[in-house]
Amino acid sequence: MTITEQRPGYRYVGTRPVRHDGLDKVVGKARYAADLVLPGMLYGHVLRSPHAHARIVAIDTSAAEAMPGVRAVITGADFGDLPADDPERNMTRNLMARDKVLYEGHAVAAVAATTRRQARDAAEAIEVTYEALPHTLDILEAMEPGAPLLHEDIFTTGLDSEPSEPSNVANRTCYERGDIEQGFAEADVVVEGEFVTKPIHQGYIEPHACVADTGQDGKTVIWCSSQGHFRVRSQTAAMLGWDTSRIKVIPAEIGGGFGGKTTIYLEPLAVELSARAGRPVKMVMSRDEVFRATGPTPGSVIRVKLGATGDGRITAAKAWLAYESGAFPGVWAMLGCMCVVSPYNVENFLIEGYEVVVNKPVNAAYRAPSAPMAAFATDTLVDEIARRLDMDPIDLRLLNCPNKGDQAPYGPKWPLIGLRECLEAIRDSEHYRSRPAPGHGRGVASGFWFNIGEASSATVNLNENGTATVVTGSPDIGGSRASMALMAAEELGIDVHAIQPVVGDTEVVGFTDVTEGSRATFATGMAVVEACRDLKGQLRGRAARMWDCDVDEVEWADGQATHSGGEHEPLALADITAEAGRTGGPLGATASLNARGAGPAFSVQVTDVSVDEETGRVTVERYTTAQDAGTAIHPDYVEGQMQGGVVQGIGWALNEEYIHDADGVMENPGFLDYRIPVASDLPMIETIIVEVPNPNHPYGVRGVGEVGIVPPIPALANAIHDATGARIRELPMSPPRVLDAIMSGNGDGG
Amino acid sequence: MRYVAPASVAEVVALLAGDPDARVFAGATDLVPQMRAGRPEPSVAIDLKRISRLTDVSLTDGTWRIGAAAPTADLTANAALAADLPGLVYAGGLIGSDQIQNRASLGGNLCNASPAADSVPSLVVNDAQAVVAGSGGERTVPVIDIPTGPGRTSLQPGEFVVEFLIDRPPPSTSDAYLRLIPRTEMDIAIVGAAARVSLDGDGNCSAAAIALAAVAPTVVLVPAAAEALIGHPADDDALAAVAAAAAEAASPIDDKRGTIAYRRQVAGVLAKRAVLEAAGRAGNGGGR
Repeated sequence: MTITEQRPGYRYVGTRPVRHDGLDKVVGKARYAADLVLPGMLYGHVLRSPHAHARIVAIDTSAAEAMPGVRAVITGADFGDLPADDPERNMTRNLMARDKVLYEGHAVAAVAATTRRQARDAAEAIEVTYEALPHTLDILEAMEPGAPLLHEDIFTTGLDSEPSEPSNVANRTCYERGDIEQGFAEADVVVEGEFVTKPIHQGYIEPHACVADTGQDGKTVIWCSSQGHFRVRSQTAAMLGWDTSRIKVIPAEIGGGFGGKTTIYLEPLAVELSARAGRPVKMVMSRDEVFRATGPTPGSVIRVKLGATGDGRITAAKAWLAYESGAFPGVWAMLGCMCVVSPYNVENFLIEGYEVVVNKPVNAAYRAPSAPMAAFATDTLVDEIARRLDMDPIDLRLLNCPNKGDQAPYGPKWPLIGLRECLEAIRDSEHYRSRPAPGHGRGVASGFWFNIGEASSATVNLNENGTATVVTGSPDIGGSRASMALMAAEELGIDVHAIQPVVGDTEVVGFTDVTEGSRATFATGMAVVEACRDLKGQLRGRAARMWDCDVDEVEWADGQATHSGGEHEPLALADITAEAGRTGGPLGATASLNARGAGPAFSVQVTDVSVDEETGRVTVERYTTAQDAGTAIHPDYVEGQMQGGVVQGIGWALNEEYIHDADGVMENPGFLDYRIPVASDLPMIETIIVEVPNPNHPYGVRGVGEVGIVPPIPALANAIHDATGARIRELPMSPPRVLDAIMSGNGDGG
Repeated sequence: MRYVAPASVAEVVALLAGDPDARVFAGATDLVPQMRAGRPEPSVAIDLKRISRLTDVSLTDGTWRIGAAAPTADLTANAALAADLPGLVYAGGLIGSDQIQNRASLGGNLCNASPAADSVPSLVVNDAQAVVAGSGGERTVPVIDIPTGPGRTSLQPGEFVVEFLIDRPPPSTSDAYLRLIPRTEMDIAIVGAAARVSLDGDGNCSAAAIALAAVAPTVVLVPAAAEALIGHPADDDALAAVAAAAAEAASPIDDKRGTIAYRRQVAGVLAKRAVLEAAGRAGNGGGR
């Protein structure tokens, strides 16, 4: 099909073929979990807490059980409780409340009935007696002694001395190096500020959905939307107390995840309802439920202080970060600490972070989780330094840019990274070299995200006609199937569309971790390449048998076997597969690995905005993003990831926020009042793919999925300041907040 | 729920008279989402789109007749209507999205009775009259008298809006509508403002009407803003007076969509800008 360009040294890598799953998605034929209908299937519905914090005194399901069509009703009492130190315990208590409800939307019971309406009506007929408890919604208030306590058993870890009283602060993270007092003493300019953000949702278009079919043999099959079906299996097993071998999970197409589908919400409930009813059960969340009961990313309060010398060298950084994790603790503050000053070489720093529980939905990962809020603080203040020193903001960043061998703030030495190249790419871009239009303001910012490796498996089977099937365990959330096919095509030397990339279920492919941390093309791609290289060895062996020569005399190049002595005509891959039955049987290879050496990701972005100074409305006029991809396997999907990250960052910066009333009830659980951007809100997001290959991947891949969302918030805040003189340190930068900042003359003078 | 699609106004009247739980709909772009959100279904859903009188748009004897169920996309495509009433047509083109506008109607926008309805201020500044049918026959009501509060109208049980009548604007007259939304589409007005302005031969304003959306339980007509304008050109002084009058007339609430102070400020800004836009077009002769 369409191959538009070829890069030196590669035949397929770096081209832009039509994705294998594209047509089905465009014509609406792709099957998502909510599309599945099985004979006799029931519909499940979850009853959710109306209270932000309450003790469950009693649940009476008798009326619901007697209602027409009702086949099963379950509550927290129907699930075992895991030991306090089990890492999945909080997940199980999030999926179904036990003694207490901890946020509005917390699941309390579930019903399976013949129709959706019957299930909903029956759920509403369940009588729950609550004893309302005081709740806490504000992160700073929740940290205070005497705040309403969510959990009696949270004692802050990471403090100098063990606390004697429980609190809402789950842990403290600290990174420290050098002498911070000395660092600030060396500074000619010191800037500081407090930055506040609200929880925001991943906003995937497809609500959570699953179908479970539990048989009399005690086994179950789950079809669902997730970023990792092996984790669906293990978490479902943990909640049910089952052995994982009783559970088969079949991945459906996924309509967006962005980190929000790295954990589960419905599957064990559907399995249990199905087991009790003896019928398949489908559960599909409404958008309202998605907002109230799944994912958001944390709200935060972050205080940063930076010092720099008169020539722009950053000498000291002090950061205090508090992340609210919702009703159960996560790792959000730690991740924020690891990212907060990472795009800068700073010799003296003190970074401390606090993980705080509040009566809101339990947070899930969201695209470079915790990094954007931290970048909001640091990169706004770096912009202030540049203004104070009258320095170009890119030059200031180049001056403080870490290189290979420098020590990252969170410990390791930087491997080969591409931050400098991203800064230079923006500096040299047509966008940055042209002046902003009259009245427009310009802002730049940078961002960092680790990327991860983890476990992946791939099986590559050659078909008798010379085509190949590539089976992996990585759900394709951003074009990874096309990337897998391109890497296999490159190795085997056959056309990318002669390769069928498949996402296999938990029983047809080896264990594979979740598609998260920008890892699929890196780690699963590595497994695909390894399996293909195994196959190439097998192909040489088959050619040797066909030629009746020693295998050492056979070379494999450009998709064909050649004889070193030139005594035989070359054999194409299809020539060998056609004879496979007579040379040793089918050809296939499997690779399973723990991928090490994920390449850190950086992005640098520039934007121009206009601001209506009478209404506070911000228009994003122009946007350019540069990002180090290592090597772009399929540039279309690299650019798509870069653009998608920017768009989500723009939404976060300008309009998105969870709004709770005083009782802790979410006021905007829909896309009308929870404002993700629409297409007409955005200029074309211009992309510059920077390629500093990751030496730990056969083709140099770094992950590209996440880091794009990190710079937009400070880039826009800096641009708004440039346009209006107003420094905004609280999100979202919605029209009322921007107008208020303009009218109150809220500038920094810089 | 039963679905029916009658072919005449009389059939609709009879259906409504026979069943208090029956409900008419035009585009159903409010009804269907409300049902999905758990509101009770009507016993009978009466589709008005098969009645030509409800979907026709025509100019006869100097009066525009706009069927209450005519899709706003039809209004946008009607060049003569857009020349005469550009503000109203523009407002209709803001509702939802292109897809929604193939279904959404002025009648539905009015009778859903949202304080933020985009087309209602434009109907009001153009002194639109609603023809209402019921078991007692037909009556004509000024549009401003139809909404009585969020989700409530002055329509009696069994009544529904058939069409709107708007006198064709005189020469050197035009209208405009502006709204503030945080996004660029698929959003709901935090504040909306419509203006209609007539200019005399000297460029002074001879007649004016200004109305606001989303700053009170119902659409707000602002006579003080019109008075500040009449006899003056749309200059800075007059516009400042319009803005002050509009801000004063606004009685918004604090809610998730905006604060009182913000809505008052923006009501003034949008009223001023709408007047400026309408006056600019009127100065070019309006639709004639």
